[in-house]
Amino acid sequence: MRNRYFLVVSALLLIGLLFVGCGAPDAKVIKIATQSPLSGGMSAVGTDIKNSVQLALEQLSGPLVAMGFKVELAAFDDQGNPDTGVANAKSIVSDPAILVIVGHYNSGVQIPSSEEYHAAGLANVSPANTNPKVTERGYLEVSRICGRDDVQGAVGAQFAMSKGIKSAYVLHDKTAYGQGIAEYFKRESEKLGIKVLGFAGTEEKANFDSILSPILASKPEAIYFGGMFDQAAVLFKQARQKGYMGMFLSDDGFDSSDAAKIGGAALLEGAGTYFSTVAGPAAAYPGTAKFQADFKAKFGGEPQPFAAQSYDSAAIALKAIENAAIAAGKKVPARADVAKAVRALKDFPGITGTFTFNAKGDLAKAKYFIIQVTSPDAAQWSQNKIDKILDIAPPQ
Amino acid sequence: MRRLIKSAGLREILLPLGRMAVFVLGAGALMSVVMVVLALLCRGSGADKLLLSTQNVNIVFYTMANLPQVLIDGVTIGFVYAAIALGYTMVYGVLEFINFAHSEIFAIGAFAGVEFLIIMDKIGVLATSGTYGPYLYLTLALAIGMLAAGGIAVLIERTAYRPLRGAPRLVPLISAIGVSFALQDIIRLVESLTTGQFYRVIPTFGNFDDKILLFTIQTASAPIKVDIQVKSVIVIAAAVMMLVGLNYIVNATRIGKAIRSVAQDRDTAAIMGIGVNGVIAFTFLIGGALGGAAGVLYALKFTRIDPFVGFMPGMKAFTAAVVGGIGNLTGALLGGIILGMLESFAGAYLGTFTMGNFGSEYKDIIAFLILIIVIVFRPSGLLGEQISQKA
Repeated sequence: MRNRYFLVVSALLLIGLLFVGCGAPDAKVIKIATQSPLSGGMSAVGTDIKNSVQLALEQLSGPLVAMGFKVELAAFDDQGNPDTGVANAKSIVSDPAILVIVGHYNSGVQIPSSEEYHAAGLANVSPANTNPKVTERGYLEVSRICGRDDVQGAVGAQFAMSKGIKSAYVLHDKTAYGQGIAEYFKRESEKLGIKVLGFAGTEEKANFDSILSPILASKPEAIYFGGMFDQAAVLFKQARQKGYMGMFLSDDGFDSSDAAKIGGAALLEGAGTYFSTVAGPAAAYPGTAKFQADFKAKFGGEPQPFAAQSYDSAAIALKAIENAAIAAGKKVPARADVAKAVRALKDFPGITGTFTFNAKGDLAKAKYFIIQVTSPDAAQWSQNKIDKILDIAPPQ
Repeated sequence: MRRLIKSAGLREILLPLGRMAVFVLGAGALMSVVMVVLALLCRGSGADKLLLSTQNVNIVFYTMANLPQVLIDGVTIGFVYAAIALGYTMVYGVLEFINFAHSEIFAIGAFAGVEFLIIMDKIGVLATSGTYGPYLYLTLALAIGMLAAGGIAVLIERTAYRPLRGAPRLVPLISAIGVSFALQDIIRLVESLTTGQFYRVIPTFGNFDDKILLFTIQTASAPIKVDIQVKSVIVIAAAVMMLVGLNYIVNATRIGKAIRSVAQDRDTAAIMGIGVNGVIAFTFLIGGALGGAAGVLYALKFTRIDPFVGFMPGMKAFTAAVVGGIGNLTGALLGGIILGMLESFAGAYLGTFTMGNFGSEYKDIIAFLILIIVIVFRPSGLLGEQISQKA
């Protein structure tokens, strides 16, 4: 018996030593971290955020390697959960080799996590976080290359108006993201004269019966859902099964091929399903053809929404580190200098556009899309029809 | 005829059917009356005016017009809760601990049934199975869900609970919570290794999505149709059959007698020559099978499942079991129906009555608040613990 314990303990020690060996500090290593949901319901999008950053590091780290740096990826799984995100953020800021964090898929995770980045002066480039608060706090460290929910919600309402919708029922998922965008949708709708018949939040994921009965009784011409596809698609499907034939509207949280998998043909029936997004499908970005091909070759399968944006975020991170390193005399730059270098970029050419940040960290002008779901087949998701593309500057 | 009804077998079939009818009608009628009275009290209030301006109906009419649909939804989900609650209550009856892993047993049943249907769909037999074929496949899926869930329940009992029998009460409870977390991630692991998917969606087949029109309410603006989905009928029918079957097994068979005796006094039952381990394993088997079938029905009704699907229904079914009187089979049934109704009523009317200040997101709060009140005044549940003979 004694012997066995000894064996177990020594094995554990050995494993521990291995880890220590891995963690030995190397002055010339630069890491870019990612945080996105790698497991759980949103892992399809989250994994491609990580994969795109990995691809960018392989393809674009040449200038840094030439300076003698070793560029590595440190991928973290935030599980779409604020607690996990903050815990990861604490270990990210304590690793001095990490100079930029690309990430977060969910605004609700990014907002608390970025408080840690801000405290440590670590630059965060976000490919997907649309809540206004992400940049409204005015942190030098936080920048994003996508649009904002206050604009996106309004764009959704304007689109509904243009389709002749006169009444809408607004639902949200009670997260910072979903509720935020739903409120902007509601505000703009009321301004435009669309009757908002109801406004409610729900965390329900399966049984929408009791939520649907007051909605169907009020007969709205459109149902708007502010939140993620994993709720929205189920809700839409159950509404159709109960005989609702109006229009479904949602936001960029709906933009995942899993939405078609769950909702299926129900999304196409009646007045159809539309969603606004800040990341258009591949067809909207001519520059992404090579990225698409490379991604498919390396990871097998079409990149999910926000993959190209993640690639660009990593490109921005690498360029900023490069500029800061040159200014520091080819030494590993300080985190604060990298953060400043991100904001200093002017008309940086990425594959989804050219990027210039304003003082808050928003893009000087961001793209917004309205997309119509055109196929119940999940494999055809990236072929969805683009109904509208708008270039809008963020509110000041 | 009288002798026939007096025979234990038939009585144990008719009695629970009667109880169910009484519970459903009673709870439905009571809540409808409360709701209508509330609506009458709210006449002329802000909520009433809001309804008049947006939908051109007054609050009393709105309440009445929505009642049938709300009742149907409440009964459907209530029976699902009841079927799950029986698993909790049976295990509590014989072992006096809460099997928190039951919610994952429910999820395993759902996954087994749905995976079977997905395979059948891929082969292509589902689409071409005619009118009655879908019912055959659904029955098969239910059977597979029951087998998988029952099997896992027995396995859990053997590995995680039996070694702890005789340990202080909290110990198996903690083991159960551990098993619950482990099973969630095992489902996740198996699904991601085999299918690479997190969500599974039950294939669309048969006429389950069709609606049966019950009646139409004529109103000033547009007629309100009251209908019930075929799958809701199936969920209710299947749950009723299972509940009756379980009642029959427990109250009218030899093994049922053994279960009851083990529940009363395990040691004495053992002295009387009852194989206690076997009886307990059998209890887990049927409790698990019921949970598994409920899982498949849940997936049929709500179409999408994921590895964490069991948590909320499990939590609610547990509450239902406690409210009805844990350890009491009839109580679990009553608790399930009441909880389903409360949830349905709160979800449908809360937003309207509070002018959108408290939307349907607060339905669970209202439901559980009422349940807390019930427990405060009747700590052993509405029908009381039946297993109270224990010293």
